[in-house]
Amino acid sequence: MSAAGAVMMAIAADRQTGAAPTLWGLTASGGLVAMAVAISAWRRLGVERAVLWAATRAALQLAAIGAALTLVVSPDAPLVWSWVWVLAMVFFAAVTVRRRSPEVPAAFVMGLLAFSATTLTSLAVLFGFGIFAVSPRTVVPLAGMVVGNSLSSVVLAARRTIGELRDHRDEVESRLALGLTARAAAQPQLRAAIRDALVPQVETTKSVGLVFLPGAMVGLILAGVEPADAVRVQLAVMYLILGSVAVTTTVMVLGVSTRLFTPDQRLAELPRAE
Amino acid sequence: MTSPNPLFEYQEVTVAGADRPRLRRCSVRIPEGGITVITGPSGAGKTTLLRCCNRLTVPSEGTIDYRGVDVATIDPPTLRRDVGMVFQRPVAFPGSVADNLRAAVELGDDEVGELLDRVGLAQSFGTRRAAELSGGEAQRMCLARALTTNPSVLLADEPTASLDRDAVGVLEGLARQLADAGTSLLWVTHDRAQAQRLGDHQVALGLPEDGPGG
Repeated sequence: MSAAGAVMMAIAADRQTGAAPTLWGLTASGGLVAMAVAISAWRRLGVERAVLWAATRAALQLAAIGAALTLVVSPDAPLVWSWVWVLAMVFFAAVTVRRRSPEVPAAFVMGLLAFSATTLTSLAVLFGFGIFAVSPRTVVPLAGMVVGNSLSSVVLAARRTIGELRDHRDEVESRLALGLTARAAAQPQLRAAIRDALVPQVETTKSVGLVFLPGAMVGLILAGVEPADAVRVQLAVMYLILGSVAVTTTVMVLGVSTRLFTPDQRLAELPRAE
Repeated sequence: MTSPNPLFEYQEVTVAGADRPRLRRCSVRIPEGGITVITGPSGAGKTTLLRCCNRLTVPSEGTIDYRGVDVATIDPPTLRRDVGMVFQRPVAFPGSVADNLRAAVELGDDEVGELLDRVGLAQSFGTRRAAELSGGEAQRMCLARALTTNPSVLLADEPTASLDRDAVGVLEGLARQLADAGTSLLWVTHDRAQAQRLGDHQVALGLPEDGPGG
């Protein structure tokens, strides 16, 4: 069975087995939130309101997204709505990058470039090689995987770029003084920034199955899909995420670094992280 | 000092700083050849003046001519290969000493050996990890690294500030050898005795708030 087939089977199984929690089941799962609140109160952590707000906000956000997704992924929905959704995801991801890394120059534009590049290349591979079929049901979830999982890596990559160049300013300037171009002078620091941003995803990929069972696979198994099929879907998704994180971090680091050097090959004054 | 084309000529150069200028309306002529020692109190802008020579710092006002040509019109990497620099604190790049010497130029083992020889380091240093050198050895490696591009000018920003007396003597001897071989040196120091020992020409800077420097 193809991976796309497994996804379809999962949906079918979900409908047949009713693996999705009932309203009562969902309410009962709120007991776990109550447990978190109770622990906070017991140990005087002071995060009871934060936990409650996070749980409520998650429920509201997911309900809204679920309703919107129903419209977008229904078999009758025009595919163009899926692509509009993808564009919106890329835009809001770039806004988030700018908000989380205010010290990074042109963070929004660079984030937009990075997410656009990775979304294009990843979806081109997935759909071009027929790994998944292009349909309203696949475009938004797969693009969401790409953008969502790259987000923290992009922020980390941008901040590490500035940190590396700031902390090794004397080394970079020593290379510039030898007549190297800005890109060549910063090469070791840019390499380190990309490596630092990639490592968490590489570690996650390495530990998958041993330390944790990833969400997509768990969801499929709960929905009644054979574990072997769920594994195939999960592997495709893991490789997708790994590749997309590599693309986004590289584009982000190279893009941000161009803003940290002047046109006459000097390293600009670098801001400290806030 | 009156040659039509000095090595560097600063005309009313100001370099802005965060709260006060690092250099203020500085006009200086630095002659071709020998060792020009730049002295002045802390904050006078000695390092800034030096960094303007290879465009690691740019003036907010004024112009700097290098052999009669405005440095702002020279491609920075080209300028920096001809105007080498040794910094106050030796910066070792990762890897071996030979890796450091090959940072900007492809060099064979023989060329690495010759460069080490020029700065008084044994050829066996080529395989040593640069990070493990003593301060004096590391500064000599940095000098050798700066020489890999065959610069006709060498900027030295207090290169002996963190070295012991023996290492200072070695560096000063190397500077004199380079000057005698035709390289023009600009040597920043706050050590008056060193300025007297080493300088063929002197440039004394005052504090920017005291008025135009140079």
